[in-house]
Amino acid sequence: MIRVVLPQHLRTLAHVSGEVLIEVNGPVTQRSVLDALENSYPMLRGTIRDHVTQERRPFLRFFACAEDWSHEPPDTPLPKEITSGAEPFLIIGAIAGG
Amino acid sequence: MSKVRVLVGTRKGAFILSSDGKREKWAVSGPHFAGWEIYHVKGSPADPNRLYASQSSGWFGQIIQRSDDGGKTWHQPGSPADKPPAQGGRPMGESNKFVYDASNETGKPLTTHQWYDGTQHPWEFKRVWHLEPSLTEPDTVYAGIEDAALFRSTDGGQTWHELPGLRGSDTGPRWQPGAGGMCLHTIILDPSNPKRMFIAISAAGAFRTDDGGKSWKPINRGLKSQFLPDPTAEVGHCVHHVAMHGARPNTLFMQKHWDVMRSDDAGDNWREVSGNLPTDFGFVIDVHAHEPETIYVVPIKSDSEHFPLEGKLRVYRSRTGGNEWEPLSKGLPQSDCYVNVLRDAMAVDSLDSCGVYFGTTGGQVYASADAGNNWAPIVRDLPAVLSVEVQTLP
Repeated sequence: MIRVVLPQHLRTLAHVSGEVLIEVNGPVTQRSVLDALENSYPMLRGTIRDHVTQERRPFLRFFACAEDWSHEPPDTPLPKEITSGAEPFLIIGAIAGG
Repeated sequence: MSKVRVLVGTRKGAFILSSDGKREKWAVSGPHFAGWEIYHVKGSPADPNRLYASQSSGWFGQIIQRSDDGGKTWHQPGSPADKPPAQGGRPMGESNKFVYDASNETGKPLTTHQWYDGTQHPWEFKRVWHLEPSLTEPDTVYAGIEDAALFRSTDGGQTWHELPGLRGSDTGPRWQPGAGGMCLHTIILDPSNPKRMFIAISAAGAFRTDDGGKSWKPINRGLKSQFLPDPTAEVGHCVHHVAMHGARPNTLFMQKHWDVMRSDDAGDNWREVSGNLPTDFGFVIDVHAHEPETIYVVPIKSDSEHFPLEGKLRVYRSRTGGNEWEPLSKGLPQSDCYVNVLRDAMAVDSLDSCGVYFGTTGGQVYASADAGNNWAPIVRDLPAVLSVEVQTLP
């Protein structure tokens, strides 16, 4: 299972309190993780990626194994620590404002 | 005994203020959707327990929330909290999907509109400013969005479709954003004619449809805006809000950027009724529930100083449909008050003694149970108030 950490506001929307566990069939990439996440929690559609372009919303960032993956191609395989569940995939709200 | 429910949208959540018909003691519920900007909350006239809310955030975009029990519980239409995700079949989670209709079959080309510097700029969805439920169908609701367009849902907010005739009219490239963005902020449904609807956009002006939203025409004749190269242009006016009394659907009242205006022919012609107002800049305007010639505004000093004159918060009332105005200040702060009252932040109830309500950017919501003669705060310390709506309940 893939572990995903959501920002607080999205946990509220998805009615979850902690990490989210999702199953991904096939290669584990940012796209497949987000597809599986939105399939399990459809109320999150449009809040992480644009509904139409499927691009990351500008004020969100993606981290894996302490690396910023926000600008990596969406189909690049994620590290094996994410695939194995040893590390979570992090969706983080950018720090903006005071 | 009748009850009143005041629906308040703020910069950091929604609040529901409830009272009996006396409107003396209030219960406060909230914050709902804490931490999110709630541009608007409004109830269905056809089913008072059906509420719609526009929830948005710079981080996470647009969310539509719906309550079927008068605001006790909420869910995103199509994604109820107590139901598992759809497996096949109809996709869920599209209640926040607002996509301009540019299809050949049903839409209009997605052209460009005028940017602040006069150049052309692509249309981009930002947020829902205003939700207007149908007068007769609880599942039908209209959404006014930024960048300006009108959307409609007929399934309780699960899916949304643009009425593209408005954005696609030939004036679209001349619309421009006001300081708050290019927002469609006012939607008025004509109770006597289901095919007629009025909308207003900053800074494009007012528009009317007489065929249920298929085609629209600008209704701005008589407006004058000195910031325009042609002050009497067909479009480009910064209309802040428009109000109508249901019994007089051909009479419209408008608070423009500057100027309070009136039309008695459904917007075909406007005339200024600012009269003796100390300043005719402002955002809100509303009409008494039982007196179609009694109207309310909150004068704001100027377009560069968005607060009341002399630090005195005063509502102005005209009982003559404009021109002759009286200040109403009893119970309102009369010194050191520098709040603003935003365009959707005033509403009236329909009890025998008409209640008037407004919210401020300082977080106060004021109520008058006697048509404006006396005021008292319901709450003083909410986040900045973006919108106020009222439901009068049996």
